Amino acid sequence: MWEYSDKVTDLYKNPKNAGMIEDADAVGEAGSLTCGDMLKLYLKVDENGIIQDAKFQTFGCGSAVASSSILTEMIIGMHIDEARKITNKEIVEELGGLPPEKMHCSVMGHEALESAIANYYGETCISEKKEKVICQCFNVTEKVIKEQIKTNNLKTVEEVTEYTKAGGGCGHCKSAIEAILKEMKREQPTLTKTQQIIKVNKVIEKYISPELRQDSGDIELVDVDGNKIYIKFSGKCSACEKSQLTRNYVEKILKTHISEDIEVILV
Amino acid sequence: MDKRLIYLDNNATTKVDEKVVEAMLPYFSQEYANPGGMYDFAGRVGAKIKEAREAVKEFMGANNQKEIYFTGSGSEGANTAIRGFLNATPGKKHIITTKVEHPCVLNTYKDLEKSGHKVTYLGVDADGNINLRELETSVKPETALVSIMAANNETGIIFPYEKIAETVKQINPETKVFVDAVQAAGKIKMDFKNTKVDFAAISGHKFHAPKGIGALYVKGGTLFSPIITGGHQERGKRAGTENTASIIAMGKAAELAIDGLKEELTRVKKLRDKLEQNILKNVFNARLNSSTGNRVPNTTNIGFEYIEGELILLYLNELGICASSGSACTSGSLDPSHVLRAMGVPFTALHGSIRLSLSRYTTEEEIEYTCKVFPEITDKINKLSPFQKELAELKSIKEHHT
Repeated sequence: MWEYSDKVTDLYKNPKNAGMIEDADAVGEAGSLTCGDMLKLYLKVDENGIIQDAKFQTFGCGSAVASSSILTEMIIGMHIDEARKITNKEIVEELGGLPPEKMHCSVMGHEALESAIANYYGETCISEKKEKVICQCFNVTEKVIKEQIKTNNLKTVEEVTEYTKAGGGCGHCKSAIEAILKEMKREQPTLTKTQQIIKVNKVIEKYISPELRQDSGDIELVDVDGNKIYIKFSGKCSACEKSQLTRNYVEKILKTHISEDIEVILV
Repeated sequence: MDKRLIYLDNNATTKVDEKVVEAMLPYFSQEYANPGGMYDFAGRVGAKIKEAREAVKEFMGANNQKEIYFTGSGSEGANTAIRGFLNATPGKKHIITTKVEHPCVLNTYKDLEKSGHKVTYLGVDADGNINLRELETSVKPETALVSIMAANNETGIIFPYEKIAETVKQINPETKVFVDAVQAAGKIKMDFKNTKVDFAAISGHKFHAPKGIGALYVKGGTLFSPIITGGHQERGKRAGTENTASIIAMGKAAELAIDGLKEELTRVKKLRDKLEQNILKNVFNARLNSSTGNRVPNTTNIGFEYIEGELILLYLNELGICASSGSACTSGSLDPSHVLRAMGVPFTALHGSIRLSLSRYTTEEEIEYTCKVFPEITDKINKLSPFQKELAELKSIKEHHT
């Protein structure tokens, strides 16, 4: 038995906005019969772009129905461009959580919404047909997998399966998912130098400076070069004989928050 | 409020019969001796275990008590037979089984494949039957084991294991035959002494004994190594102090099951048929996932087209009805039932398939209530489906035919 939140239970028992809108201004679809869940989303949008009504039809399990239902409630009254910003994470939060294995239901809600909005703007829906399909069992594309890894900071193949279903069928694509995870992990640190400086500064501001200021000292970021971070102490810290210990502390904090291979150099 | 409970998931597990509980209770706090002890207090327990072994021997149709080994579960029985036999005959590496076996058997073979065993998985037709000719051509001189279930847990379909064992032995007398009889026990008669079957496993909790106890039939003279080594229990083939209370319980359950077989084949079967026919008649998008032919009397598996199984189960649960689905969501795996897929159940019904399994405790009134609410539930779920056009078509076809 799944541990569904009260909200999920309530919504699959008494779904809100179930049905179709005959003269919908936009229709979106996600999933398929073969995949085991499918959602059709209908939107009625007024001249100002406000979603006046939303209805859904869902083929799927309890959490798929609940995700669809909550999504319609979330977007009614919203401007369509606002609705576009909704992520699957927010759907999950509104539901009071979903079991890990059911995360893909919220992703399906998000995909149907995207598809409906694309349909509203007459955009040629970047259809899955053009995309590289990774999971043949559930027809999950590389794009969807990458998006979910990014949004939800997924780290393992199991997590990807829970969010996208990819790999949950025959399991043939597990190595492909693994490769995507690896590739994205490699891509991650390719920040520009400015981005790196901002990132390091944020950590310094949040975690390090407040500590040093307590002892009437402070720290200044001089430069970032790859994994080498050049810093300078100011105030009392600059003359402190324990500055090497303070450096070690700074390095530890930066390692925790940014990357294990960071080296802090005192200038 | 006292919530109604209608238990239609007896292939998952069964209620422990009150007579069984009564039989096992003294063996916790009163007659708690280790049966291996050298005193009367232990001897009394040992004698009860012997009685239980005799009952299971009768139940499985074994030649003598030496052919019965107590195990901790059906899965353990299967593992003991399969691994125990293969370990004892390391030369031969080929195994034949079916695509619709229970995961405890299938995953054991998947594991054995990693250590160099070659496994042939036989397919089944739409009625769930294997092709005997395909089996015949698959048996080779190097075939160590043929493994087949007596009855399928999801569909209830009975496999002609007696005939299969005969065929296998004609082609290669050296090849051993293992039967997973877990879903047959208590539902159809077993008589292994009059078959060519070498190993057969059963599990107590499928026939009103407690969970955590099973038995393995091994035809006299068949070699196998223990997979749990240690003490000399079970004649050295399964170490670990005897689970006395549960063994005695299973003995009692076996006795009751022998007596209950007739009821299974008459009253339980009648109720199952009534439930099945009612649903097929009153739910337009329902289809039977097997032929009505050769099945255990308590099981039906019905597919509901264009709706999803978990939602049906959740709605049934709201009314206190317990059923299960071979489908994706409930089992934690996302893949639809491997059994229904192997049978070629259309994808429109694959995710909406429900297993209902009865027992001797199922009442007429419970079945009537279930029959009444089923169309109400499916109507409600049909309305949520995005496949309204397809559903309307199905409905008009059905109405046209009735």
